[in-house]
Amino acid sequence: MPRISGVDIPNDKQIQYSLRYVYGIGPHTAREILKEAGIEAVVKARDLTEDEVSRIATVIDRSYQVEGQARRQVAANIARLRDIGCYRGLRHRRGLPVRGQRTRSNARTRKGPKKTVAGKKGVKELHRG
Amino acid sequence: MTRSAKKGPYVDAKVFRKVMAAKERGMNAPIRTWARRCTIVPEFVGAKFEVHNGKNFIPFFVTEDMVGHKLGEFSPSRTFRGHSSSKK
Repeated sequence: MPRISGVDIPNDKQIQYSLRYVYGIGPHTAREILKEAGIEAVVKARDLTEDEVSRIATVIDRSYQVEGQARRQVAANIARLRDIGCYRGLRHRRGLPVRGQRTRSNARTRKGPKKTVAGKKGVKELHRG
Repeated sequence: MTRSAKKGPYVDAKVFRKVMAAKERGMNAPIRTWARRCTIVPEFVGAKFEVHNGKNFIPFFVTEDMVGHKLGEFSPSRTFRGHSSSKK
């Protein structure tokens, strides 16, 4: 199995899909990389020659942020928002949704497991009343 | 939906004038404004603002990192200090 950008070992899917197992590479970037490396998107990752794999690796190294680098970039972006004390930073600090979603109900991804509050009216009850 | 790049950033003309004037006279008094929708441009760095949040003027310094944000983002308009802990 080919190895690209460190630990990631994509499998026997088409290379355009298996590249997406690398953090920081999505459908669009995957196809861009393959175009630049001159490799057909539909060949199976298993069938790549060593030369082709190294070509992909050079393209990624040259012009894309992946894995640790990409993760650090994201963390740095959030840290910046926190530091300047803007609204989005405050939402990150409090662990609430950042992009204006409702928090009366839902928002469980950000808020974590439900904490039941006695006597709180949910959305459904309000409509009934 | 982001603003069309062709228009350039929205900067309140009056605020911009005030910042320039304050710069000339050495940035002392904070600039009081209601223009929350005004983008912070590089010229504002180092200026002191007091931005209305609907009730009070919230003071803050503009740093380089804040460029590209709006003035209103630094002047929270909602209060929530947590729910009251259970009575008894």
